Amino acid sequence: MRPARHSYYEATARRRLAGLLDEGSFREYCPPTMRLTSPHLPALGVPVAFDDGVAVGEGRVQGRPVLVAAQEGGFMGGAVGEVHGAKITGLLERALDVRPDGVVLLLDTGGVRLHEANAGLIAMGEIQRAVLAVRHAGVSVIAAIGGRNGCYGGMSMVARSCDRIVMSEEGRLSISGPEVIETVEGIEEFDSQDRALVWRTMGGKHRRLLGEADALVPDDIGAFRTAIAGFLDRPRPITLDALMAEQARLAARLERFAGCRDGVEVWERLGVAEPKRVPDLGIDAFNALLPSPAEAAE
Amino acid sequence: MEHLEFDIAGWAGVNPARDHVLVGVVGSGNLEVMIERAELAGRCAVAIDTSIHGFAPTWRRVVEDFLARHRLGDVRVSINDGGATPAVVGLRLDQAAAEYTGGVR
Repeated sequence: MRPARHSYYEATARRRLAGLLDEGSFREYCPPTMRLTSPHLPALGVPVAFDDGVAVGEGRVQGRPVLVAAQEGGFMGGAVGEVHGAKITGLLERALDVRPDGVVLLLDTGGVRLHEANAGLIAMGEIQRAVLAVRHAGVSVIAAIGGRNGCYGGMSMVARSCDRIVMSEEGRLSISGPEVIETVEGIEEFDSQDRALVWRTMGGKHRRLLGEADALVPDDIGAFRTAIAGFLDRPRPITLDALMAEQARLAARLERFAGCRDGVEVWERLGVAEPKRVPDLGIDAFNALLPSPAEAAE
Repeated sequence: MEHLEFDIAGWAGVNPARDHVLVGVVGSGNLEVMIERAELAGRCAVAIDTSIHGFAPTWRRVVEDFLARHRLGDVRVSINDGGATPAVVGLRLDQAAAEYTGGVR
């Protein structure tokens, strides 16, 4: 008999929280009953949400204390407005005081909520600054990406500022989304309707092969929980030396993959055997291409 | 956007399983429904924000029928509606009541 699976991709933010956290352990900060709704949307005639599209709070993962934020991708594409952003920033700043085993960000977002452009942009900077402050204090920050909206725009930078990223194959991570690239650069550059292309260039497998994601898991809330638990209290150093080394690594990478037009070409240069088969590989066969997440994390 | 408020006579007898529940997501064709326990001398306070104009009488009847079917009283029912169809509204309301009364997890 197959064990029951609960799709992470299909779940709402609150369902993801219920599956991630130990039963009954979630205590929400600024809950929907407080009605901290967007001050900007009513002026535009757009409906608000009682939680402004993100639930934040504290709970336990396998008995260990965490602070957690879950973006609701169904509300305005998970986009970050003023209140939404302030909730995430406040959660991160709280981590400096309570020092949990980790701060977990369940990201499902197109980036800044354009209806609140300036406030959303400022929020993005505040969140990123707070992530770095939390990491500097030695608390692990872990991002999870596997929802319908992927993780785009400013929040993709936030994700890459975290200690770890856990993704499913369904997840996507990129600065600009497919439609944006097509609009700006033309369909010859990027066909946003070509779903396979989108996943080959932005999807979970590509990000894992490039080392940007630290674990690739099946589309299952339990699998996300296991992977996240494995990264708790395992901060990466955030020293000047570590940042300089990362900068040098990225510069070398840019050179190494210059001229690649597709993920497949990148995988080929990485030395992946039969790179064209990568999109068809099951999770286990795919992960066998790589050192285990635990090894890779060292 | 249209903002509607109804004060409706409630029913006695339901012991809520929780102080509040929130179901649904505000998206196109979807809505969120929050039910909170409130001391309202047995009455029900309903607040609806909807992107669709001109359906106040329909909303009132839908909510009256909902409160009667689930025999709710002393509750605040708050709705943010992104233009949900009647079937979705009915399902979400029933889902919220089921969670509020502990009928369904």
